[in-house]
Amino acid sequence: MTDRDERKTRIHRLIGDFNKKGIEVGEDTRFAQDLEWDSLTVMDFVAAVEDEFDIIITMNRAAEIETVGTLIDAVGELEGQA
Amino acid sequence: MKSGGCTAPDLFDKFQPLIDQREALLSTGLTDPFNLVMERVESPTVAICNGKRTILLGTYNYMGQTFDPQVLAAGHKALDEYGAGTTGSRVLNGTYQGHRECEEALKRFYGMDHAMVFSTGYQANLGIISTIAGKDDYVILDIDSHASIYDGCALGNAQIVAFRHNDVEALEKRLKRLPADAGKLVVLEGVYSMLGDTAPLKEMVAISKAAGAMVLVDEAHSMGFIGPNGRGVAEDQGVLDDVDFVIGTFSKSVGTVGGFCVSNHPKFEILRLVCRPYVFTASLPPSVVATAATSIDLLRGAADKRAHLWANSRRLHGGLKELGFTLGTETPQSAIIAVIMPDLERGAAMWEALLHEGLYVNLARPPATPAGMTLLRCSLCALHSEEQVGEILGMFEAAGNRVGVI
Repeated sequence: MTDRDERKTRIHRLIGDFNKKGIEVGEDTRFAQDLEWDSLTVMDFVAAVEDEFDIIITMNRAAEIETVGTLIDAVGELEGQA
Repeated sequence: MKSGGCTAPDLFDKFQPLIDQREALLSTGLTDPFNLVMERVESPTVAICNGKRTILLGTYNYMGQTFDPQVLAAGHKALDEYGAGTTGSRVLNGTYQGHRECEEALKRFYGMDHAMVFSTGYQANLGIISTIAGKDDYVILDIDSHASIYDGCALGNAQIVAFRHNDVEALEKRLKRLPADAGKLVVLEGVYSMLGDTAPLKEMVAISKAAGAMVLVDEAHSMGFIGPNGRGVAEDQGVLDDVDFVIGTFSKSVGTVGGFCVSNHPKFEILRLVCRPYVFTASLPPSVVATAATSIDLLRGAADKRAHLWANSRRLHGGLKELGFTLGTETPQSAIIAVIMPDLERGAAMWEALLHEGLYVNLARPPATPAGMTLLRCSLCALHSEEQVGEILGMFEAAGNRVGVI
C-alpha cells in the first residue's frame, strides 16, 4: 500500500462518518455538490481531517479543495510540510 | 434576463433557493419575520408594532440606555451645538471634540491606554482584523464567530484557521501546529450571540499567550453587563489584562450605534492611518458620540442594573425550561436566551404566535445559526420589570401550546 493509498483509506473512513445519505464516494466526488454538505458540515469535516493527520488546513486552502481526490493530495502535501 | 442573444446567466440565480424558501413560508399566510416595523417606541421594553402594544425581547438593549434622560440630554446638546453630522472621515474633517471625549470614556471604562471609535461594530472587526493580520500571519478563530469577524478575515490576506466552537483543546492543537515564528491573532468572543453562551476565556487566553499569539476578544454582547465593572467576560474570568484588543459596539448595552477597539498596545495609534474601514468612511454624528460617551460613563456605575438583569435572565431561563422549551444553554450565561425550535416552519409560526400575544423576539435561522438550528433569540433588558418577565413567560406558554412546540 502506498502512502497515498493509506491516506485515501483514512480519508474515506472520515467521510463515512459525515456521509449521512450514504452517497457513493470516488476521487471525483465533490463535497458540496455531490455529498450535499453545507458549509458547517464541511468545516466539521475539515477539523476531523486536521486532527486525523495532525495538520492545519487553512480556510484559504480548504476553499480550493473541491473533490475527494484533491483532498487526498492536499493532505499529502501538508503532511510533507509539517 | 437575456438580451441580444447573449446567454449569460442572471446574477440573481444563485439566490433562487432562498427566494423559493421565503415564498413558500410566506404563502402559508405568515407575517414576514424580517419586515417588522416599530411604529412607535414607548420605552426600551415596549413598542407599538402593527398597532399593538408589544414587549420587546429582541433588541440587545441590555442595559436599557436608549431613553436615559442624561444620555438623551447629551445627544440633544451635541445636535444643537455641532449639527447633524460631520460629513467626513475621522482622519480628515470628521474628528470633533465629542469623538475624542467618547474615546476617553472608553479608556476610562476599560482602564486601557488607547481607544478607537468606528462607525459601527461591524466595521471595528472588519478594520482591526484585516489590518493587523497580514499575508503570512494566521488568524485563528472560533467556528461560530460573528459574520463581521469572518468578513474581517475575508477583507485581509492572512491565513485563516477555524477551530470547533468553545473547544479549548481544538484551539490548543491548532496553535501547536502553526509555525512557531509566524504572526498569530486569536479571535474570540465573550458571549456568542446565537446561543448566548460564554467562552472559556481564562483557558483560551492563557494557551494563546503561551503560543505567542495576540488575542482579540469581541465583547459586544457582554459590555456593561458581565464582569464586576461590566467590562465583559474577560474581566469576569480575570484575564482582561492579557487580552490585546477588545472590540465592542455602541448598538447594544451603550444604546446607540458605533463600534470601537480598546488596547494597551504601545503602537496602537498608527491604526488610525492604516485601517481602511476607519479611514475611508464618515465618522459618527456628534449627537451619537455624545450619547455614547455619556452612556459608557453611566454603565460603569450600573451595578444595580446588572444585578436586576441577572435576576431577569435566571428567571426567564428557569421559567422557559420549566414550560418544556429546549434552550441553547443549560444555565443562564448572559442576557441572551435562545429557545431552540424543531424546524424553520414551526420556528416562524412560533415567532408569529408570540407577536400575536404581544411579544417581539428575534427569529434566527440557518445559515446564521450553528448546526442549522432555528432559534427564537430572546435578549433581556435591565429595564424589564418583574411583572413583564412574568407576562413574557405567559406569552411563551400560550404561543407554545398553540403552535404545538411544548
